[in-house]
Amino acid sequence: MTDKKTKLEPYPIIKKNECKACERCIIGCKQNALEMSKDLNDIGYYYAKYKGKNCNGCGDCYYTCPEPLAIEVHIPKKKKNRKDNYGSEDNG
Amino acid sequence: MKILKKADSIYDIFDRKGDNSPYVTHYCAGCGHGILHKLIGEVMDELKIQERSVMISPVGCAVFGYYYFNCGNVQTAHGRAPAVGTAISRAEDNAVVMSYQGDGDLASIGLNETIQTANRGEKIAVFFVNNTVYGMTGGQMAPTTLIGEVTVTTQNGRDPDYTGYPMHMCELLDNLKAPVLIERVSLANPKKIRKVKIAIKKALKIQKEGKGYSFIEVLSPCPTNLRTNVEETEKFLNEQMEKEFPVKRFRDRSKEVEKVKREKSDFSTENLDKIFNIDRTKVVEPTIDPSYEELNVKIAGFGGQGVLSAGLTLAQAACAEKRQVSWYPAYGPEQRGGTANCSVVIAGDTIGSPVVESSDILIAFNKPAYEKFSQNVNENGIIFYDSRIGEIDVLNNIKTISVPVHKIAIELGVPKAINTVMLGVLMEYGKKINKEISKESFHQGIKETFRSKPKLIDKNIEILEAGSNWARENLKL
Repeated sequence: MTDKKTKLEPYPIIKKNECKACERCIIGCKQNALEMSKDLNDIGYYYAKYKGKNCNGCGDCYYTCPEPLAIEVHIPKKKKNRKDNYGSEDNG
Repeated sequence: MKILKKADSIYDIFDRKGDNSPYVTHYCAGCGHGILHKLIGEVMDELKIQERSVMISPVGCAVFGYYYFNCGNVQTAHGRAPAVGTAISRAEDNAVVMSYQGDGDLASIGLNETIQTANRGEKIAVFFVNNTVYGMTGGQMAPTTLIGEVTVTTQNGRDPDYTGYPMHMCELLDNLKAPVLIERVSLANPKKIRKVKIAIKKALKIQKEGKGYSFIEVLSPCPTNLRTNVEETEKFLNEQMEKEFPVKRFRDRSKEVEKVKREKSDFSTENLDKIFNIDRTKVVEPTIDPSYEELNVKIAGFGGQGVLSAGLTLAQAACAEKRQVSWYPAYGPEQRGGTANCSVVIAGDTIGSPVVESSDILIAFNKPAYEKFSQNVNENGIIFYDSRIGEIDVLNNIKTISVPVHKIAIELGVPKAINTVMLGVLMEYGKKINKEISKESFHQGIKETFRSKPKLIDKNIEILEAGSNWARENLKL
């Protein structure tokens, strides 16, 4: 059942055990949608977490993260006017 | 759904850390390298150049680049990435060569090669990571350390009167004609990081199209050595580093320039044989003959007397006899008049060292050579010397033979050929000590030595005979 009113929101996936708590994503997030954990991950660091809302899919956290595998940002397809990821394709 | 995530050109697993954390880099928290790796990987994907790419890792924190970039990888000696990059780019014309270097590697020990490579306009994309310190070794002053910046080795801040000024690499290279792209970018924050990606894309597009040298300087955070938290690090990059190292595109000639034209490399065996003058039909495999006792020959004199070529001829002659042979030259920087000597070892089995400490035969073409090497002649050894040396001191009853090489050479019209006269004497002496090298083998040796001057071959064979005749008549042992 597709409900027209269900709005797909973008969201980040932060892999808990790949974060070293450098905080770049947390201060880089203009939406203030990320926070530091209270507990440690398996490799001994606090880790960045998504607060669960307000991600606008800008990709800033992904780009500023020094760990290539740690963050993914999932962005639902929308109409043109998005400004995310403007470093790719036609800007080269 | 669009997903921003790791590029295919970056590995799925980072074996460097291994064990319990195979998905994290070996870099410190907050380091710029991981960000730059990610961006380069993305651009490799987008330009579809992964299969053509060769990443050159430096010495420094990024030394383990090959654990991250899923492409061709080479890790080079400190500062030598430009030389290795040049070689790869010229040998593999289609390769997209990237050299990834830090400020110590590129701007200090590798500075000369960097400038020369840029000046030649090699087809290389250089990613120069400038974080103002030597990271891996613990935060010492680097060429790019800012004035007043405190590092482990500048405890009171960098003092330009004592250690000079920060090195501006983009500005320096911008004086050269050849580079296609020179740009400085910063990893301070997400907005700037996207501009870094655009610059990388430009640089790699130039490589994809084979257009020449591109240089991207990346201002990069090193919170560990700067001892700063995340906000302070960003501030340091934005306010202090950018003040000294302005972020801008210094040049972009990518639209003006054409593909660099290089001759096609040919590494086929046939071609290499041609270059090195190798005739595989004439290869002589040495035999193993334990009964043949090793013979150590030292030939010494002035540079220009044919000392080294006499040794080569002897070595070639012994090769023709299927002996194990080594030839080892030692000479000064002077083209003429310096001292020169060579050691020839002829053996029946594998030679341990080509160095001759004490010789069985010494050939001395001048007095200093006689004096220097006559002390290291074996008890049953022999010394042949140019009669023009005159009076000599004889040591330990070693046999010494004065040979009028110059007189004989003059008689045959080639005063310079004293070395060949001496070889003729040696040929005769070989028979007497049961170490015969045949006349044919000596002729073969002369042919090899004078391969590039064929006119001299017959004359030298004649001179060889003259030396041999002299020995037959005068050599009394």
